[in-house]
Amino acid sequence: MTHGLQELLKAVLASPYTLPVIYGVVIVAVLPLVAGYVVLVERKVMADMQARLGPMRVGPHGLLQPIADAVKLLLKEDIIPEKADVWIFWLAPLVSVTAGMLALAPVGIGPAFQIARDINVGILFVAGISSLGIFGIVLGGWASNSHYSLMGALRSAAQLVSYETAAGMALVSGLLLGGSLQIRALVEEQAKQGVWFVALAPVAFFIYLVASIAETNRAPFDLPEAESELVAGYMTEYSGFRWSLYFLAEYANMMVVGSVATTIFLGGWLRPFAGVGGAAGTALDCLPGALLLGVAGYCLYRAPKQPVAVQKLVMVAVAGLCAALAAALLAPVFVAQALWMKPGIHGAFWFLLKVGGYIYLFMWLRFTLPRYRFDQLMRLGWYFLIPVSIVNVMGIGIALVLHWERGMHLALALGLTTLMTLAVAGVLVRAELKREEQLRQGAAGDAYAG
Amino acid sequence: MAETTQNGAGQAGSGSAPHTLLGADELILNMGPQHPSTHGVLRVKLKLDGERVAGSECVIGYLHRGVEKIAEHRSYQQFAPYVDRMDYVAAVSNGLGYCEAVEKLMGVEAPPRAKVIRTLLTELQRIASHLLWLATHALDIGALTPLFYCFREREEILKILEKYCGARLTTHAFRIGGLQYDAYDTMEKDVERFCADFLKRIVEYEDLLTGNRIWLGRTKGVGVLSGEDAIAMGVTGPVLRASGVQWDIRKAMPYAAYDQFEFDIPIGKNGDTFDRYVVRMEEMRQSVRICRQAIGKIPAGPILAKVGKVLKPPVGEVYHAIEAPKGELGYYIVSDGTVQPYRVRIRPPSFVNLQAFDKMARGHLVADVVAIIGTLDIVLGEVDR
Amino acid sequence: MLDKVIFYFFAAIAVGSALLMITRRSAVHSAIFLTTTLLATAGIFLQLRAEFLFIVQIILYVGGIMVLFIFVIMLVNLDVAAQQIQYSRQKWVALALALALAGQVGAMLWRAGKLPGQGLLVRGVPAAESLPPNAEAVARSLFGPYMLSFEIASLLLLVAMIGAVVMAKKKV
Repeated sequence: MTHGLQELLKAVLASPYTLPVIYGVVIVAVLPLVAGYVVLVERKVMADMQARLGPMRVGPHGLLQPIADAVKLLLKEDIIPEKADVWIFWLAPLVSVTAGMLALAPVGIGPAFQIARDINVGILFVAGISSLGIFGIVLGGWASNSHYSLMGALRSAAQLVSYETAAGMALVSGLLLGGSLQIRALVEEQAKQGVWFVALAPVAFFIYLVASIAETNRAPFDLPEAESELVAGYMTEYSGFRWSLYFLAEYANMMVVGSVATTIFLGGWLRPFAGVGGAAGTALDCLPGALLLGVAGYCLYRAPKQPVAVQKLVMVAVAGLCAALAAALLAPVFVAQALWMKPGIHGAFWFLLKVGGYIYLFMWLRFTLPRYRFDQLMRLGWYFLIPVSIVNVMGIGIALVLHWERGMHLALALGLTTLMTLAVAGVLVRAELKREEQLRQGAAGDAYAG
Repeated sequence: MAETTQNGAGQAGSGSAPHTLLGADELILNMGPQHPSTHGVLRVKLKLDGERVAGSECVIGYLHRGVEKIAEHRSYQQFAPYVDRMDYVAAVSNGLGYCEAVEKLMGVEAPPRAKVIRTLLTELQRIASHLLWLATHALDIGALTPLFYCFREREEILKILEKYCGARLTTHAFRIGGLQYDAYDTMEKDVERFCADFLKRIVEYEDLLTGNRIWLGRTKGVGVLSGEDAIAMGVTGPVLRASGVQWDIRKAMPYAAYDQFEFDIPIGKNGDTFDRYVVRMEEMRQSVRICRQAIGKIPAGPILAKVGKVLKPPVGEVYHAIEAPKGELGYYIVSDGTVQPYRVRIRPPSFVNLQAFDKMARGHLVADVVAIIGTLDIVLGEVDR
Repeated sequence: MLDKVIFYFFAAIAVGSALLMITRRSAVHSAIFLTTTLLATAGIFLQLRAEFLFIVQIILYVGGIMVLFIFVIMLVNLDVAAQQIQYSRQKWVALALALALAGQVGAMLWRAGKLPGQGLLVRGVPAAESLPPNAEAVARSLFGPYMLSFEIASLLLLVAMIGAVVMAKKKV
């Protein structure tokens, strides 16, 4: 009996489907927690920029706020509008959140840890599946049977169609340089060339940055849920758990676009100057550990200043955690026996740091900029981003041909074509400024014709 | 199935509204009375073609309390606190208008010291009101952060008001005939400190907004109101001045102590939302200028003119208007010689300015509707009374 | 074994939702079932290790269906449409066509069974790792032997796009 069980266990472990399933369960279990804490970080960052404190009540410095919020959302009444299309109303948030989570599957957090597996259309998979999430938004907005929701849904659909093209073109630029769709191959190519693709294709990175903000419906492109115009856009009629699913989907999507940008443009799990070895390389390897040690030291320094004993304890605990992580990060650098840990743990550190930085940029923009108007959003997409991204792809293609066929230095060729792209962008911007000037002098009332 | 689809489309297209862009139905959208950016309980019925406004109708009255009727059953002093509740973000200005109107009716004049202190507080209140406008207007257009910065500065003003009269929002700061409270000891120092800080801070707001391309795109050419239209509809205040009409009651018919101070009246050129923004920003600077002139020049003397405990104005009627932060705030009071007014009619600037809304919003998008409501700077307590 | 389970799972979904698609009264419900059908087909592609086709199917149809949704929402008066009779005069024509198609497929399957080794039945698939990356394989065949037809197809799409732009310009 026990023997049979062991056999079964062995067979299950040997199956190629086992690990992906486990990883899937881990994503579904961990992602909500991570998203909750990203929300907390966002609120804290926002408070810092707005001269206030942010959540402070639940736990020390509001550290338990996400859990309190989650409990509140789960216990809230689930309101379904009377004339809503009940089935679609139920289904829509699930579609959004499933797409967001599924898209994370092939993302590689380090050379040793790919969330599911390295399928050979990795980047396309991430981009394609994550755009399925829009279905949830459109369906939810339609099913709510409310005008605000419907307008949010329509805006969202139009926004996706407009910006998906630009984002796709920007990705193509990166893929041309990497020569593969596979996530691991893309990062390895950047390691081989010794340079992140953001340096080779800055325009493409910029376009992807803008388009990804628009695709995740974040400010200044948050028109589908524009609070001051459409109340909450497609989420207006949702409450409680279903509402939190939409929220979760939004943050999952932020992580997805952050991961894609990091993988293609920011060198994935590579540390800065990945090619540098020797003493300088060792110094760079020490950076993550030193950073965390610094955080630990700061926490210890602040601990006596906390007003309540519990807060002091938590500060010390956080410091201990950081110190432990620092030890784990430093060990492979100095101890030969721990060297096998290095790619995994350091890769994960750099990858998460870069994704975090990307998401921080999103937050920063959100608190700084006003919101675009819908026609302006469309103009920006169709009249600027799409033409520039197409020219950029052509430029990179030309540069690669010059490099391969004529043996021109890659950086030189890319520099020339980037200048060309920038020139086109300049012409477009000037035309736009001229048009605005004309509009201002002419009939100001008809600012939206065309 | 295909045929069904065509039939449906045909009916929608040919039947109800053939003039919309795609021949689709017009959408009636009820904005408010519960909506994040209608600034209270304004309800706007929008007729939409897609997202474009084909027509609009403002439904008001959700905050109607019958203030004018209440006045007929209160003595003159008793009614004074009620006016604070009209434009509740500029209570001091409301009080000034009412007190001066009753004083005019009775033929008394506040002593010079009271006049200067009134002017000082009213200008502080103007800054506070404009700050609240800037905060909410920027929030409506999607800029989150100016809200908190503006409230930080407004807090300083409210603190000064609190130190002066004990209340922050509905202050009831003035009395008929002058003041009840004299300026507190450090008031001039507080105001001076506020003015110095504020001039630095206002630069920060302009850094965040004035040159921002998104902000320019959202405000320039939006909600244009020509000078003639503005005059024809009786629009007053910053909205009128942004349309290029130089009309400010503080200059045209000076009241309180405004004739003693130097200040400019900023005017705009195009009458769009951006001009209104610029005009109000400049007005805040001018208010600081007035406050700084008032500091150190508050004359000594009594703060209350000789008025009896029971006010019995002679039979007659009076109209007195002041330049409230939102425009011309007028009080028309009819006295029948008793302790209670026979009739009080209030001309609230928000109510009159709101008339221009349909003209400004037509042809714009839903997002602009929000910007236009914000730029009109209405307070529903005042619209509905 | 698992391959077969996955295949029949997706196939059942595809057929079932295709049936639901043509029988639903609400146009939006139909569109949702159309999406489900297409996604299930994509799943079958994935089961066949055609990862590139799988993802292209998803990416293309997301945009396409989105436009369909918008048309349904904006142009179809759903309340009216739901009242109307669903199967109109096309009923018999459609039945005849469906039967003809079924006959054709059946005949093909029957013949395939007769010629062992050349059938349409799913053969054993080599492990994914041993296959060449099929994005490259698709690219090679598109820009190699099928260059001409590929270019003709893109030209056709371009013409359609220009046509749409011209028509839209005229109307506004």
